Formats: sequence, structure tokens, C-alpha cells
Amino acid sequence: MYRFGKKEELIDGIKKGIPIGVGYLAVSFTFGIWATEGGIPLWMAVLISFSNLTSAGQFAGVGLIMQTASLFEIGLSVFVINIRYSLMSLSLTQKLEKNVKTSQKYIFGFGITDEVFAIAAVRERPITAYYMYGLMSTPIIGWTLGTFLGGLVGNVLPPRLSDAMGIALYAMFIAIIVPPAKKNRAVLFTIIIAVIVSCILKYVPVFSFITDGFSMIIATFIGAGIMAYLAPVAETEGKEETS
Amino acid sequence: MNIDLKYMCLAVFIMALVTYIPRAVPIVFFKKEIKSRFIKSFLYYVPYAVLASLTFPAIFTTGGNLYAAIAGTAVALILAYFEKSLVVVAVFSVAAVFVTNLFL
Repeated sequence: MYRFGKKEELIDGIKKGIPIGVGYLAVSFTFGIWATEGGIPLWMAVLISFSNLTSAGQFAGVGLIMQTASLFEIGLSVFVINIRYSLMSLSLTQKLEKNVKTSQKYIFGFGITDEVFAIAAVRERPITAYYMYGLMSTPIIGWTLGTFLGGLVGNVLPPRLSDAMGIALYAMFIAIIVPPAKKNRAVLFTIIIAVIVSCILKYVPVFSFITDGFSMIIATFIGAGIMAYLAPVAETEGKEETS
Repeated sequence: MNIDLKYMCLAVFIMALVTYIPRAVPIVFFKKEIKSRFIKSFLYYVPYAVLASLTFPAIFTTGGNLYAAIAGTAVALILAYFEKSLVVVAVFSVAAVFVTNLFL
């Protein structure tokens, strides 16, 4: 068992985080424009992005602020949208290197976004503190900086381009899940089941009361649950049984 | 439009808190190593299920219209199949949406 130095871990994390940071720059640029146009001061929009570091929850929360909704309503809505993170956070506990300190985990909690989680969760080696710091850093910078630039310069991008950029993060998600799905049939089926459930919850009118955050949780439980039952992974360190 | 600053600060603080809590509580307080093979397997599949359900069907509502979104999705799937890097997949997918929109 060879070990990796702090520096190597940090650099590895930063490298993996750069695409996320670039994607965030584009999305938060839109957030910056939208928030400032809706009456949020620029510094506040930047503070929101830095302190929340999330997309759906933040858009919903700021939308409610613009309508001067009650603080309770804001807190509850944002919390419900963000419950999904607890599943990701729990999943990461099993991948942490043994000597990660509790104080460091408090910092990790800040940076567990969908994308950061995805990259960290599919890492082959255990997650060290410096890897996680590296991984979180560019997304934090990208998200905050993008908000600032968007709020500052406003609608300078042609609408066609900003429309097109909306697909960037989803394209990245596809880039993360497709290669492992090629090699591991159980992963492929997990994805297919999750997509089917997610689409049903979205398009079948009976389920229209389910919010997107919950829909993701339900689809995840069903997809990962069925495959965990049908194709349990081998005992050796979460490695899949490759057929 | 003028929004009360104190109200806004409080709201933002609450938002940050209810975003931080679900992210931090499990990772900080859950210290056991899960022994159950089923739960281990479940957690192994979680990231794929999470990303798949976040992406679909939401990806089809991006890009301004459905055809552009389908073009972008197709390009992303093909490039991802050939294991191109995240940035390459994202850039070409955006380009596909942009170009499709030019013709619509």
C-alpha cells in the first residue's frame, strides 16, 4: 500500500475540480444576472453563492426572497431541496481515508455539491483531506466568481449562447457516468432504472407534487436499491464484480 | 425593487444553514464503517443513480428548445462513450445546442 503526499493529493483534487469550476462559472454567471436584476445587491449575490454553493436551493431561496416570503418558508423550501446532500454526505463517509480529522470534515461539509460528490465518490483511492480541499477549491472560486461577473456585466452574452451553456453541467454528469457504465453492467442498469423512475416522477401527473429534490432521492433509492440487491459488490473495498 | 436588507441577510443566513446541515451532519457524525454488504453495494451505486436522475429528464429543458437539447444530449452521450474528458464533452455539447439553435 503506497501513500500519496499532501501535495500530490491537493494537485490531483484541483485537477479534478477544474472542469466543475468552469461549468459553475457559466451557471453562476446566469445566477448573478438574474439575482441582481431582481433587486439583490451585487455583494449580496456574491455572498449567497459563496455561502450556499448550490444551484437549485439557491435559485429557489432567492426567488422567494424576491417575493419577500416568510423566513420559515424560505428555510423549509431550501432545506427540502437540499436533503439529497445528506445521502451523498453519508455515502462519502465510507470512502474517507482513516486519518481524516473531524475538524476537516466540517470543512468538507461546505463543499459537497452534486458535482464534487460525483467526482469524489467515483475516485478509486480513499478520499484524503487535501484531495478534498483541492477538489472543492475551483468549484468554490468558479461559483463565486461567476456570480460576481454575471452581476457586474449583466446580459452581455447573446441569449443563444447563454441558453446553450445551460447544458454544460448535465453534459459533465453524462461524461462522469457513461465510462463506468460501459465497463460495469450493474452500473448501467442502475443508471437506466434511475432515469426511468426520474422521468416517471416528472411526467406522470399523479406525481407532480413531488419536488425535483425528492424525485432524485426516490429515483436513487430505487435504482441503487434494486441493483444492490441484484448485484451486490464484492467484499473487497467497494470494488464491483466485473463480469 | 427594494428589499429590506436585514430581512435579506437573515434569509441568506438561513439558506446557508439549511444547505450546510444536510451536507455536513452525516460526514461529520457518522463514523462507523458500514458492514452490511447490501448497504455497501447500495452506496456504491448511489453516485450513478444520483447523477442519472439529476440529468434526466432535466437536461431536455435546457438549451432553449427540445431539439437543441436532444442534439446536445446526443453529442454528450457519444463523446462520453468514447471517454472524452469532462471539459471536451461539455464544450461540444454546448456547441451542439448552439449550432442546432441557429438552424431552428
